[in-house]
Amino acid sequence: MWIYEKKLQYPVKVGKCDPHLAKYLIEQYGGADGELAAALRYLNQRYSIPDKVIGLLTDIGTEEFAHLEMIATMVYKLTKDATPEQMKAAGLGEHYANHNVALFYNSAAGNPWTATYIAAKGDPIADLYEDIAAEEKARATYQWLIDLTDDVDIQDSLKFLREREVVHALRFREAVEMLKDHQEEKKVF
Amino acid sequence: MSKVVRKEYYQYMNELQAVDFVLLELTLYLDTHPDDAAAISQFSQFQKRKISLMQQFESSFGPLREYGNSPIGQTWSWADSPWPWQV
Repeated sequence: MWIYEKKLQYPVKVGKCDPHLAKYLIEQYGGADGELAAALRYLNQRYSIPDKVIGLLTDIGTEEFAHLEMIATMVYKLTKDATPEQMKAAGLGEHYANHNVALFYNSAAGNPWTATYIAAKGDPIADLYEDIAAEEKARATYQWLIDLTDDVDIQDSLKFLREREVVHALRFREAVEMLKDHQEEKKVF
Repeated sequence: MSKVVRKEYYQYMNELQAVDFVLLELTLYLDTHPDDAAAISQFSQFQKRKISLMQQFESSFGPLREYGNSPIGQTWSWADSPWPWQV
């Protein structure tokens, strides 16, 4: 099971209403390489992966939910006081028509989240390489998001998230090596 | 929801976030380096700090965790604002 903790993993400071920026940030909420996809990808892979790496998938998958909450906090704070006019001007008129200022799992381009963003091959090496690629793509997305804003507070939170992707990718690379070593050990009779 | 949040809330919270970050980093590191005794000892050291910081925070601002994982106090304050995205 999971235990909720009433705190963000890292502070999110937002001092203004900026639905335009929120429209970009939603990519990491409900986009292909976003935090929802990440959490569900890793936690789902745990059931068919060797015991040696289940702990890592559990812990990284759980951390992704903390990241999802940080992104949600940014989007929420950037849009909570937006008028319909401001939403329309930010290209969020269609979003407002369906959701008002509620958050929704879609990409920056408005595509709803789909399970096809997630791979589960049942092959440990294939799945871990998928995870490494996912982390590198998320890292790149965070960089593009940092480039899209000059808000230093938002940049600070995004840089934290970008660095987490780097660490996760590193740990997944180590997990691949652990499994390779394990496979080689098994072959020695 | 628009309750005034005391300055101390942010101070305690920042400290807790910093210590929790160390513990999270060490957790992922130990998942792939389970035999690193120095990391395990560092983990235990920061865990003690975390427990004491959580106690300080919770005595002033209420429970951090639900389902009986935090002291609840005299009245039910778990469901009280502020939630993390409101501060």
